Amino acid sequence: MASIGTVATAPLRAGKAGERSGASIGFLIGLWLAVAFALLCLATLLVTSFIDGYPRLDGRLFTQYTSQVLPETAGARAAILGSLLVITTTAVMAIPVGVAAAVYLEEFADNRRWYNRLIEVNLQNLAAVPAIVYGMLTAGFALAVGLERRVVLSGAIALALLILPVVIITTREALRSVPAEIRQGSLALGATPLQTVWRQTLPSALPGVATGTILALSRALGEAAPLLLLGGLVFVTYDPNGLLSGFTTLPIQIFSWTGQPQDEFQQVASAAIIVLLGLLLLMNALAIVIRNRYQQHW
Amino acid sequence: MSFFSTRTAAPETGSTMAPTADDDRGGPGAPPPARPLAQPRGDQRHPLPDKPIPIIDCENVDIYYGKFRAVSDVTMVFGRNEITALIGPSGCGKSTVLRSLNRMNDLIPEARVTGRISYHEQDIYGSDVDPIEVRRRIGMVFQKPNPFPKSIYANVAYGPKVVGMDVKNMDDIVEEALTRAALWDEVKDKLKQSAYGLSGGQQQRLCIARTIAVQPEVILMDEPCSALDPIATARIEDLMDELSQEYTIIIVTHNMQQAARVADRTAFFTARPSEDTGDRTGQLVEYDITRKMFSNPGDKRTEDYISGRFG
Repeated sequence: MASIGTVATAPLRAGKAGERSGASIGFLIGLWLAVAFALLCLATLLVTSFIDGYPRLDGRLFTQYTSQVLPETAGARAAILGSLLVITTTAVMAIPVGVAAAVYLEEFADNRRWYNRLIEVNLQNLAAVPAIVYGMLTAGFALAVGLERRVVLSGAIALALLILPVVIITTREALRSVPAEIRQGSLALGATPLQTVWRQTLPSALPGVATGTILALSRALGEAAPLLLLGGLVFVTYDPNGLLSGFTTLPIQIFSWTGQPQDEFQQVASAAIIVLLGLLLLMNALAIVIRNRYQQHW
Repeated sequence: MSFFSTRTAAPETGSTMAPTADDDRGGPGAPPPARPLAQPRGDQRHPLPDKPIPIIDCENVDIYYGKFRAVSDVTMVFGRNEITALIGPSGCGKSTVLRSLNRMNDLIPEARVTGRISYHEQDIYGSDVDPIEVRRRIGMVFQKPNPFPKSIYANVAYGPKVVGMDVKNMDDIVEEALTRAALWDEVKDKLKQSAYGLSGGQQQRLCIARTIAVQPEVILMDEPCSALDPIATARIEDLMDELSQEYTIIIVTHNMQQAARVADRTAFFTARPSEDTGDRTGQLVEYDITRKMFSNPGDKRTEDYISGRFG
């Protein structure tokens, strides 16, 4: 027993392998550098955009349409309205389908069936598919049904397909966090499984569903690739006025402006980036507020 | 008109309830009257018939989870307006039996029942039987209080709403159910507040109120007091005693004193390893009037268990 006594009475000085050893400190510094690098990149992006774009962040940006020859009169009005319309349409299509699919998989699907397991696996894969592939899929679909590729509806379909797997996965996670006791309590009172989902499980999961969905939509809002593939317009001088109207969005407009040689176009592009970042920040803040405010603690 | 009036013999006093347990308990928070431990309640009540008047009847019931046989060959009759306790060591299948009585076991995909469980002589596992309807008539209270994340009022009103009861005045139903569950006085001023603000014992009584609001005939209770302190436990036991005048109660408990205090009849289960597979399968050892079970058990294993020699 002598050895145990020795350990217990040994001095508590920092040893070579302790938390102040060279390796530990080196590792810690490495971590700090990694964080600093990430933050620095973000800060550079924000600061340069802000410096470049701030002088152009005025009324013109919100009220004027773009211009090919007069950069000083160019505005992002059509792009802002286009982004809002496309993202709303995306939400209207993706949320009901995604939530319904998640409810099926989480509450009704029998995991012992091979087709349900197949869906599970593929859902994870779909979430990792590059955005541009969804653009190609939509282009093919539009061709097949005779839909114009460059209209709001086509763009929204592509973005809805893009975020659908994310919506399904986050909704499932939210449903899974609702305790089984709640479902059992409801069923034991003579509620049907459908009533239980509709009146207990889904309302309890709603904060999680909302958070996940908003984050998915904010991803769609910043997406340009699938819309460019669909032939998204870069020169729109009218307000999009319906699902079959031509449109442009902020990312496409920014992409187009940054391709122009004039400095003024670079400036207005930076201003549009600030608007886009502001929108994204707003949506993420909303997601955080919903999560903190309505999250259920079981 | 009391909405419970169809079956109850209690005086019909509309929404203002007949005096209940609250009066002799001296209001909320007062300690429950002292009671001797383990005094069989069969003595205090109506004379118990030798044979239970059947309301639920199990004949040769086997319950499987997949290939595993959890419970084997249970034959017993649950008596109307009686309190029946199911006791036994962990893993003896008593909760499994309880959950098979209102088809809550259906929620486990692999679970399967053979033999016959009848309720008023209808096979509840018959092909034309709706499990939803079974659960409505045979309600259930769970081990851990599980109120919905809603207001106290909404918790009680939920059942009548979803089962489509013909409700004239939901306020009356809520008041009556809460009164019967001996909770009304404690919550009448905060009906719109979240049920999660209640104590564990109050939450469990809320779950009982929620269950009786849909007018079941039988209430299954799966260790309803195991998460509660002794005072809250005593209140639930008093409540069970009250409720047994109108309802049939079947309770699973780990607490033998509880069985002795509240139950008219007690069934003792134990688990026996199967000879060929080694799986531990639950079986019914003995089922009798509680007083007899605890004073003069017919089986050595029962005697060993209730005298604390195993389990």
